[in-house]
Amino acid sequence: MNQEYELRSAETHIEVHKFYPGAIVLLTAGALVFQSSARVYFPKLEMLELPLLVTIYFGLSRRNPSTGLLLGTVIGLLQDALSGPTVPLGFYGIAKTIVGYLASSIGARLDTEHPAARFALIFGFFVLQQAILVLIRRLLLAQPEGWFNAHLAVAAAVNALVGTVLFLGMDRLRRRS
Amino acid sequence: MAVIPSRHKTLALLGGVLLAQVLLLAVQIKRDSRGRLLRVWAVTAVSPFEKVGAWGVGKVRGVWTHYFALRSTSRENEALRIENDALKLTIAQLQTKAAEADRLAALLSFRQAHADVPMLGARVIGASAGTASRTIEIDRGERDGVRRNMAVITPDGAVGKVVEVYRDAAQVLLLTDKDSGAGAMLVGSRVQSPVGGTGDPMLVMKYVPTEEEVKVGEKIVTSGMDKIFPRDIPLGTVVEVKAGNPFKQIRVQPTAKLDRLETVIVLLTQAPLEFKTDTPNAAGTEQSDANATLPAAKSEKP
Repeated sequence: MNQEYELRSAETHIEVHKFYPGAIVLLTAGALVFQSSARVYFPKLEMLELPLLVTIYFGLSRRNPSTGLLLGTVIGLLQDALSGPTVPLGFYGIAKTIVGYLASSIGARLDTEHPAARFALIFGFFVLQQAILVLIRRLLLAQPEGWFNAHLAVAAAVNALVGTVLFLGMDRLRRRS
Repeated sequence: MAVIPSRHKTLALLGGVLLAQVLLLAVQIKRDSRGRLLRVWAVTAVSPFEKVGAWGVGKVRGVWTHYFALRSTSRENEALRIENDALKLTIAQLQTKAAEADRLAALLSFRQAHADVPMLGARVIGASAGTASRTIEIDRGERDGVRRNMAVITPDGAVGKVVEVYRDAAQVLLLTDKDSGAGAMLVGSRVQSPVGGTGDPMLVMKYVPTEEEVKVGEKIVTSGMDKIFPRDIPLGTVVEVKAGNPFKQIRVQPTAKLDRLETVIVLLTQAPLEFKTDTPNAAGTEQSDANATLPAAKSEKP
């Protein structure tokens, strides 16, 4: 059960990856601590969204929509809890639930190991998350917020670039078959 | 017995989780709950790591500063910097008072009345985990006497107010947060109006009538009307003024470096600071007071 196995369908032949014990918990905790600490010393790191990158990575790797969406929910709710009382619980939670579900669904159908594919997916998921956050603000919180701007494109590109490199390192945490 | 396909189970799970979180949001919007358990757990779990990080960074910096970079010189420099910070605060307050000669007596009275306002230094150990809010976390909490709605400042100017207090840590809502606000007034014209955040590095001064003259470069200080900040603490500088109807659109550069906070000062008092209402236009003062307290009340909302 702990061995790497393969998900087979009529057309695809895609590996489902397992990780060393504690890897998911440690990476998630590390991403959240980094997210809430690094900005104090390096304000420019504000645009990095490590919790999102962790959600995407494990969604794409494990390729199980149920665990993907649940992991996204947990990470999102913890990010809400650490974002201060002005951010309601569920704000990032909803966004990362959807991202986790979509990432694992896409991961189950496509080969997402190539760096170019990863770059494009992270870019897309970052924009999607921002769109969901704006939607929540507008529909549920009645707070006017603009949709897209140049800063969003830059932040998406930076996250995609950093994520692509980080994913290469995180690949080493996978169990070998 | 009918078997539910796996894909439908996953979609049902997705729908259930999303619905639960939407309901969670709805509950929070309806009910202004305080100190939610998940927040307490999360902050309690993470703050030790943040403290260790801050401690580690402090130690590394200390070793470098005190041993590698000329031990005595750096220490003397540090002492001078602390003294300089204290002097900057005093000078800023005195400059404001000097510019308002007719208010000198009232300000001196305030200074005497609050000369021994207890203050507490605190180290910034964390920030909000997302860009949706502008908060910082400090290493002082309930055990140190920190309470909600206490003002937080630096020697440069106002920073924000305490919004959540835990045992050994507290969260501070920065002035730049969308839900933040402070009673303020223009130093030159003494026009009072709340200043609030937009989520950007800049602040906005909200309710200055179009007929009032406001100049770019004009200084803004706290008015004290929000019952959180003592008056005459530097708040910002006007950087842009646009005509509006019925209010001007005024953008303000915060005086404190809110994106580079490492240490802050918590004013350890929740007692309402009473000021002499010797303003010539009493009606205007009352109106400004009402406006100034509005953002403070709003900031309680999630």
